[in-house]
Amino acid sequence: MSSTGSAQVADNKSGASPGGQRSWFFRNRIKLAPWLFLLPGLLFFSVYVIAPIFQSIWISFYEWDGLSPKQWVGTANYVELLDDDRFYTSLINNVWWLVLYMLAVPAGLGIALFLNQTVTGIRLYKSLFFFPFVISQVVVGLIFTWFYNPDFGIVGIVWEFFGAKPPAILADEDLVTFGIIAAGLWPQIAYCMILYLTGLNNVSPDQVEAGRLDNAKGWKMLWFIILPQLKPATFIAIVVTVIGALRSFDLIAIMTQGGPYGSSNVLAYYMYETALSEYGFRMGYGSAIATVLFLIMLVYISFFLWRMYQDEKG
Amino acid sequence: MFPKPIEKSSAGVRVSYQIILPIALFVWLLPLLAIFLTSIRPSIDINAGNLFGVPSDFLLIENYTAVFKQSKAGLYLWNSIRITVPTVILAVGLSCLTGYALSVYRFKWAIPLFFVFVAGNFVPFQILMVPVRDLSVNTGLYNTITGLVLFHSAFQLGFCTLFMRNFIKALPFELIESARIDGVGEFKIFWYLVLPLVKPAIAALSVLIFTFIWNDFFWATVLLQGDHALPITAGVRSLNGQFVSQWQLVSAASLLAAVPPVVMFFAMQKHFIAGLTLGATKG
Repeated sequence: MSSTGSAQVADNKSGASPGGQRSWFFRNRIKLAPWLFLLPGLLFFSVYVIAPIFQSIWISFYEWDGLSPKQWVGTANYVELLDDDRFYTSLINNVWWLVLYMLAVPAGLGIALFLNQTVTGIRLYKSLFFFPFVISQVVVGLIFTWFYNPDFGIVGIVWEFFGAKPPAILADEDLVTFGIIAAGLWPQIAYCMILYLTGLNNVSPDQVEAGRLDNAKGWKMLWFIILPQLKPATFIAIVVTVIGALRSFDLIAIMTQGGPYGSSNVLAYYMYETALSEYGFRMGYGSAIATVLFLIMLVYISFFLWRMYQDEKG
Repeated sequence: MFPKPIEKSSAGVRVSYQIILPIALFVWLLPLLAIFLTSIRPSIDINAGNLFGVPSDFLLIENYTAVFKQSKAGLYLWNSIRITVPTVILAVGLSCLTGYALSVYRFKWAIPLFFVFVAGNFVPFQILMVPVRDLSVNTGLYNTITGLVLFHSAFQLGFCTLFMRNFIKALPFELIESARIDGVGEFKIFWYLVLPLVKPAIAALSVLIFTFIWNDFFWATVLLQGDHALPITAGVRSLNGQFVSQWQLVSAASLLAAVPPVVMFFAMQKHFIAGLTLGATKG
């Protein structure tokens, strides 16, 4: 080992070219270094995330069962989507998810305000309130499925207490989506709450005091003094909630599998169902659904990137 | 501080706050309490429809051992560990490199590449599903833990890079500058100077990614098939089919699935919350 090492050193001294190479590398090290640091990550990310996006869009112009050769069908998959009732049901349900999921933001703020005190044990309370977010959505889905059971679930018990016949929420085409969204709100509210609790920690006490001197109280104080300072938290809460709403998959897979009769489907689940389940392996059609979902998300992604870009410049 | 500190309020308000607090928590966690009570019930209770009342017998140990004896829950949990731990190491490790490259060097691709990572982090899973599954099938990685780990690490790299880049960006740049003037090599600066400083970020990311991956259900369904590789989330679902109407066992298994992320959260709470908020709020 040591002998080869010294031989190389001797080589470097005598030969001009290796030395020259080294100094070229040395001179350009600031330019080269970022690419060397980026290489493994970028390669990985390109193969598994960036390239598949374009591949999916490409596949959406084919009819393909995943095994036999792909067949070019042009925009036929998209034309078929326009006439697909299940697609529209999923799309409308996605809108409901987006709208109702947003309740997590004010609800999270409400709980954060409620918990932003300094009584003994409040730290433990805060962590316990955050609990639902840490649990897998699979577990949340199972819990709420039992909850909603009209025969023995809590919902049934409450209904019967008021003398009414309990509805079978997850078997009712008109209620099922709202039942699942309610289950999804539970962890999402916890997430928003933790964002706001951290935000409230950073609210400047001087401004609050100044507001108090100006006789600002309650709602006025919240609206004019606190909320503007919570803007970063609100922004992130909205971003993660939108993404959560559009990604809703686990709860539907666990609670209803899109049923009854596809009435609780959303694009994410409908895509999976078309491309990878007993309903047939229609990869092309599934990719077309995924592309629509991606385009919806792209609106939010662009908005987020634009906001980030403003921050970077400023 | 807002709202007004409770200790400055009247005694009545203070006392009622102290009373409302535990009640609110009880209602909030009612679903969890219910599932815990179910998990220690004897099966007679469930057949009799007593799911939310007082259990007629407390079978904590019996039910939880039964889960391990009558199902593959032990294997599923072990699989979850085998998926989660390598993913955390790979994703966090690689993001130290990418985050460093995108924050310390001023080259014209820095911002566009950073935005590519950020955008990739937000895409819906379904747009990746068909090609990633196809790639895994073609490379023989379908239905293997390695395949799932590779994909998870690549995908989490988006979030991790966002987080790391912003964290390193907030470090004092003069430190790096002066090391360069002293002639320290680029990699040595990264290894000996920057890496020790980003330890809090590594901790925060690790707990977060651990939780994300542990709770993953979608990709396990898409890229795995057999019991030999299924993680506990997908396992709980198949247990739900296996233990029809034996809800005490299904709920025990569900709670078991929730234990590791909960323990992780309580053990590393500070880092966990820092991860959820700092990566996001600090621009």
